[in-house]
Amino acid sequence: MGARAAPLADAATGARGTALDITDVTHVFGGAHGVQALDNVNLALQRGEFFSVIGPSGCGKSTLLDVAAGLIVPTSGRVRFEAEEVRGVVPPGIGIVFQEDASFPWLSVWDNVAFGLRREGHDPAEIRRRVEYALTFMGLAEFRRHHPAQLSGGMRQRVCIARTLVLQPRLILLDEPFGALDQQTRLLMGEELLRLWRETGATVMLITHSLDEAAMLADRVGIMSARPGRFIATLTTGWARERDSGIVADRRFGELTATLWRHLRTESMRSLRGDKA
Amino acid sequence: MNTRLDSLWFALAVIVIWQVLFWIAGEEAIASPFDTLRQAVLLIGSAGFWGHAAATFEAFGWAVLIAVVLGIVMGLTLGLWPLAAEVAEPIINALYAIPKITLYPVILLFFGLGVPAKVAFGVIHGVFPVMLLTMNGVRTIHPVIRKTARALRLTAVETIRTVLLPASLPEIFSGVRIGIALTLLGTLIGELFASNRGLGFLLLRAADRQDVPGTMALILLLFTVAALAGAGLLAIDRQLHHTR
Amino acid sequence: MTRVGIIRLILVSAFVAVVELACRTGIIDPFTMIAPSAMAASLAGLIEDGKLGADLAFTLTNMAASIALAVVAGFVSGAVIHALPRLRRVVDPLLAAYYAVPTFVFYPLLVVILGLNRLPLIVIGAMFGTVGMAVNTIDGIDRIPRVLIKTASAYRMDPIRAVLLIKLPAATPHLFTGVKLAVTYSMIGVVAGEFILSMAGLGRSIAFAYNDLDNTTMYGLLLLLLSITTAVNVLLNYAEQRVYRRWGCA
Repeated sequence: MGARAAPLADAATGARGTALDITDVTHVFGGAHGVQALDNVNLALQRGEFFSVIGPSGCGKSTLLDVAAGLIVPTSGRVRFEAEEVRGVVPPGIGIVFQEDASFPWLSVWDNVAFGLRREGHDPAEIRRRVEYALTFMGLAEFRRHHPAQLSGGMRQRVCIARTLVLQPRLILLDEPFGALDQQTRLLMGEELLRLWRETGATVMLITHSLDEAAMLADRVGIMSARPGRFIATLTTGWARERDSGIVADRRFGELTATLWRHLRTESMRSLRGDKA
Repeated sequence: MNTRLDSLWFALAVIVIWQVLFWIAGEEAIASPFDTLRQAVLLIGSAGFWGHAAATFEAFGWAVLIAVVLGIVMGLTLGLWPLAAEVAEPIINALYAIPKITLYPVILLFFGLGVPAKVAFGVIHGVFPVMLLTMNGVRTIHPVIRKTARALRLTAVETIRTVLLPASLPEIFSGVRIGIALTLLGTLIGELFASNRGLGFLLLRAADRQDVPGTMALILLLFTVAALAGAGLLAIDRQLHHTR
Repeated sequence: MTRVGIIRLILVSAFVAVVELACRTGIIDPFTMIAPSAMAASLAGLIEDGKLGADLAFTLTNMAASIALAVVAGFVSGAVIHALPRLRRVVDPLLAAYYAVPTFVFYPLLVVILGLNRLPLIVIGAMFGTVGMAVNTIDGIDRIPRVLIKTASAYRMDPIRAVLLIKLPAATPHLFTGVKLAVTYSMIGVVAGEFILSMAGLGRSIAFAYNDLDNTTMYGLLLLLLSITTAVNVLLNYAEQRVYRRWGCA
């Protein structure tokens, strides 16, 4: 690459080591007699890896993401991002994409994507460069003047992703970002996510309830139990970095999803019945 | 489907019904559309009228300013502080339901005769819709928007200024629209009682003198101003909603 | 009582206590306002004297009639406006402006049409409340989920059945809000009308007391009025909350 790094990549990427360290995290909502969402969760994400979390509904996946991002302070346990403690404030360098449409309806696509950058006080030329690049990268360039209300759900999610991207996060957390989309759009968005991951070199943690998505996109997949959530198994997919949705034809893909389901089936039934793990 | 054409038809229908009422009720109760219009033109041409109009709109202007600012600030505070909102809402609703005209003696006793009393009366009429609708607008912002503000590491002030206010602007504006109309009503009623200036006073004087064309001319003028302002505000309202 | 209820009680009590103190120590002079305890005593006295009966009956029956009129007129006009989109586009800008009109100026007209009795007063009271009902009726019909209307068709329902069994129930939460507004505004309209037109009833008595410089009576009556409107309002809000929760729109 030239003297200037790609617009979306942070200078620190490419280094080795742990990006995210979650140690013995337990979280209970609502005080002593509340709901326990997480039970002694441990997780270490390597820099640059693509990690996916799957688990039955209500198992605490979203809570895990909120804790990792610093949006929630866990009842006990520790979270470290690049060796710095995370407590109650979202550290710079972490980008988050939520499941619901979080685009600001009162701003155009361009202003939405530029929002975080403007606030950080970059000079206008740099802002323009990054926003244009992100819009082109996410296929939104011709919609820059549109408002979210005029776009489809998938495009609005792309706006949210672009908005996160321009801040050059080293860790990208996604909470079921494609949950509200139809299957075909999901597959295409999954490919875009992979492209993005390769381009930025960031660490990615994707929460999903779709086995296919986890198996196809991730380097490693963590399986959570029914509530209170903890990791019951972690699988390594072993895919090459350059991959797309075509790998579903690989024989290993079928074996992977079968294994995932085998682990997950009992937990899902537990969750459905409302049992505790 | 031309709305402007339809509005003309509507106005025509109103005039026709008006004229019929005049024929039924006679000139002691109501003035014909023509007489009313003629009187209104006379009024606008007369020297004294504009002095009174200015008095009313001065008080009205202050009342609107105070009601809107107070209403938005209080509405924002309650919208962002769930416990306070829950505690306060029934109290505010109960206050809203009091016939405020009966508080007028109280206000007069506190403020004395004159402009401050008129302004106070306008404010107590208009502040409630602004406050209630602002509060509701802020409360119903989708949680993911607020989460996003935290994810982008915005400070509290930045969050309010760049996210919460724009997000709830349509609702706030609806509250302001209704608040402005009610404030005008409050100011006018205020003038009925303890003022010797203002359009409300003119109205009272005309009614006392059994000056039917005069009374109706004033009402026509007031309603026209309110309707025009209302239409203008509604257009802005539509713009706000349109791009969302 | 819930925690929130307790906080509310404490707040209101504290406010009343502060006012009481201010009045008793002369910070607020008795010509301006009398102490809350004196207001209560005055009201008690009025009740004992038995003078309130006629006024109260007059006002309450006016309110009831106004409310009924406002709800019916508001519902019908709301339904009609909704059914005629062209009319709706014309009328929309006028609805908010309506609140600014001092409707009691139509009193002479109404006297000629309805006679020199309490009917004009009732109509004036209702005029204020009709718009609130109409706007919420329009809103409520707007928000009937399309899928429910399709369901009515799937059951091959005739229009009247569809309205009674599906559309009205679906719009109930908003209709209820409309009724609440009709009640509130009609009550305000009636008392305001009595106050200005000096017919009879609580409104007039308050006006007379003020003109006679009889603060004691005036504040006693104000306390009564406050109690009535607050009680009605609290009940309505409570009922409204339950309706919204039941319908899942809370």
